[in-house]
Amino acid sequence: MISLAGRDILHSWGKFVFTGMGLGLLIGITLSMAGIYRGMVDDAKVLLDNSGADLWVVQKDTLGPYAEPSSIYDDIWRGIRGMPGVYQAANITYLTMQVSKEGGDVRVMVAGITPGGPGTPGWPPYLVAGRQITRSHYEAVADIASGLKLGERIRLRRHHYTVVGLTRRMVSSNGDPMVFIPLKDAQEEQFLKDNDAIRAQRRRTAENPAFNRPGVPGLLDAIIASQSTNPYVNAVLVRVKKGHDPEQVAEFIRRWKRLTVYTRSQMEEILVGKLIATAAKQIFMFLVILSLVSSAIVAFIIYTLTLGKIREIAVLKLIGTKNRTIIGLIMQQSIALGLIGFVVGKISATLLMAPIFPKYVLLEPLDSAIGFIAVVMICILSSIVAIRAALRVDPAEAIGG
Amino acid sequence: MSGKGIQIMGLRKRYGSGDTAVDALKKVDMRVAPGEVVGLIGPSGSGKTTLLKCLGAVIEPTAGKMILGDDVIYDDGWKVKDLRALRRDRIGFVFQAPYLIPFLDITDNVALLPMLAGIPNAEARNRARELFKALDVEHRAKAMPSQLSGGEQQRVAIARGLVNRPPVILADEPTAPLDSERALAVIRILNDMAKKFETAIIVVTHDEKIIPTFRRIYHIRDGVTYEEAGEGRDFE
Ligand SMILES: Nc1ncnc2c1ncn2[C@@H]1O[C@H](COP(=O)(O)OP(=O)(O)OP(=O)(O)O)[C@@H](O)[C@H]1O
Ligand SMILES: [Mg+2]
Repeated sequence: MISLAGRDILHSWGKFVFTGMGLGLLIGITLSMAGIYRGMVDDAKVLLDNSGADLWVVQKDTLGPYAEPSSIYDDIWRGIRGMPGVYQAANITYLTMQVSKEGGDVRVMVAGITPGGPGTPGWPPYLVAGRQITRSHYEAVADIASGLKLGERIRLRRHHYTVVGLTRRMVSSNGDPMVFIPLKDAQEEQFLKDNDAIRAQRRRTAENPAFNRPGVPGLLDAIIASQSTNPYVNAVLVRVKKGHDPEQVAEFIRRWKRLTVYTRSQMEEILVGKLIATAAKQIFMFLVILSLVSSAIVAFIIYTLTLGKIREIAVLKLIGTKNRTIIGLIMQQSIALGLIGFVVGKISATLLMAPIFPKYVLLEPLDSAIGFIAVVMICILSSIVAIRAALRVDPAEAIGG
Repeated sequence: MSGKGIQIMGLRKRYGSGDTAVDALKKVDMRVAPGEVVGLIGPSGSGKTTLLKCLGAVIEPTAGKMILGDDVIYDDGWKVKDLRALRRDRIGFVFQAPYLIPFLDITDNVALLPMLAGIPNAEARNRARELFKALDVEHRAKAMPSQLSGGEQQRVAIARGLVNRPPVILADEPTAPLDSERALAVIRILNDMAKKFETAIIVVTHDEKIIPTFRRIYHIRDGVTYEEAGEGRDFE
C-alpha cells in the first residue's frame, strides 16, 4: 500500500510548506513566550545565586529588598555577624536608575557592596574582563549587557565612576543589568539631593532657632552633618557556616533582632511567586490564546484541504477504501503540517526571535518537548472537523446524477 | 472469470416516503451475459443513474433481486455483508468524468485498487501496466493525471475499472466528453475487455454516436425497462 497522505503532500508541497511556515511563526512566538517566562524565573534565580547569600535580613514585615522597599541601619550587620552559625554578614543597597552612556541611556540596577573583596556576599562572583573594585570610591563593575566598556566613565546622580570590570548574566529580577559600586558611594547616591536642595535644607536648618542657638557652638554643624549622611542600607546578606541549617540561623536572628529574615527558598518564592506572578499569568494567557489561534488555523487549513478533495474522497470510498484509510489520510496531513510548523517554529524561536527580544529568553528542551506534544495533539483534534466532513461524503456522489 | 454475469429481477427503488416519495425504479428486469456490452438508454429522470447506484451497492433498493455471477447480492435486502469489499473486488466503475486522484501518477491511480485489496505494490503496478499496454497509454505510465489529454484520462479510468478484473463494469456516460472518433475507440476498448476478461458491462448513454454499436439495448422510461435488439454495427 502507498501512503496517500504522503503523496498528496508531495503533490502540493508548496501549499503545505507555506501554511506550515505561517503556522511555524505562530509556534515560534508561542515557544518564545514560554522562553520569556523561563527567562524571568532564571533572572530571579541568578540574582539570588549571584548575591552569594544564604539569608536576607530586611526591615521587619517587608518583602525586601527586591519586591518591596526595605531600610535598616547600616550597623546591624555587626550584631548579626556574631550570631551562632553566621559565617559572613554584609550590607547591601540596591537602586534602579537610568545611566546615560554613549548612544543612549540604559536602565540598570546599582548595587552598593561593602569593602572586603571577592567572596563577600553581594560581590560579583566572577568577571569576564577587567578587575574587581579596589578603591573605596568611584569605581564600578558593570554587567556586559549594559553595553558599558572597560574604562568608560559613567555618571550616577552626583558622581562620576570609572568602569573597571565587566560581569556576565548579573541582572536584577527585572532583567536589568547590574552595576556594582562601593557601598558608601551607593548610600550617598541613594540619599543625596541636588545642590539646590541641599542649600535650601541648610538654610532652613540654620533659620530654625532650635538648631542655631548662639550659646551652643558646633550644634548647627553637627545637625547639618547628621542630615547629610545616610545611615541606612536595604538589607544584610548573610552566609551561613558549613554544617548549619539556614532556617535555624534565620530563626535565631528573627528571635533576637526585630527584623525579618528570608531563606533562599523563601526569597525564591517571593520573587517567582509574587514579583513576577502577574507577568507570568499574562504570559500564560498569551500561551492559551496562541494555542487556540493555532488550532483554529490548523483546523481551517485541514478542513479547506479536505473540502478540496471531496470528489477524490467519494471516488476512494466508491472503489472500496476503508474509512480508516481516509481518516489516516487527513490526520497524517494534519500532523505533517504540525511537524513542519514545529520545526519552523523551533528554528525561528532559537535563531530569529530569542536574539532580538530585549529580555532574556530561555528555551528549555522540556518546554520544546511539551510544545511538540501540544502541537501534535492540537493537529489531531483540529482534524476532527475535516474527518467528520470526509466521513459524511456519500460514495454515490462519485457516480453523479 | 465466468458465471452468469448480471441478472436483475423486479427491482424497485423509492426515494423518500409519504407525499414526497419518488418511485425512481418501478420494475427493472435486466440480464447481461459475461463478455457482453449492453446499452442503457432513457430520457432524463428515467432512473438510469439510480439503477447504476443500486447495482453498484452505493444505495439500497426497495425491493427485487440482483445476482452478480453466482451470488445473490440482493433479495429484498442485502445478502452481502461487506458492501465496500463487494465494490472493490467485483464491480468496476467508469464515470462520465475520469475522476482520477490528482496526487497519484496514473500507474498508482490504477494500482491503488489492487493495493487496497491487499496485493503487493509491485504486482499491483504490473497489473496496471499490462492494462496500459492494451489501452495504449503505456508510454505515459509515470505521468500525473493533469498531464494527460481527456481521452487518455478516460482510458486510464477504464483501466481503473478493469484492474481488479471485476465480473461487472458499470459505465455512466463514459463517452460524453469525447469526440466521435475517441468515443468509438472507448467503446471498442470496452468490447475488447469484455471479451478478454469475460466481463458484463452496462453502458449508460445519451450519446447518438455510440448507440448503434450495441447489440442489445435496454430502454428505461419512468423506472420501467424495455429490452430491444440493437444494430450491433461494426465500428472498425
Ligand atoms: N436522492 C434522491 N432523492 C429523491 N429523488 C431522487 C434522488 N435521486 C434521484 N431522484 C429522482 O429519481 C428519478 C430518477 O433519477 P435518476 O438520477 O436516476 O435519473 P437519470 O435517468 O439518471 O437522469 P439523467 O439522464 O438526467 O441523469 C428522478 O425523478 C429524480 O428526481
Ligand atoms: Mg443520470
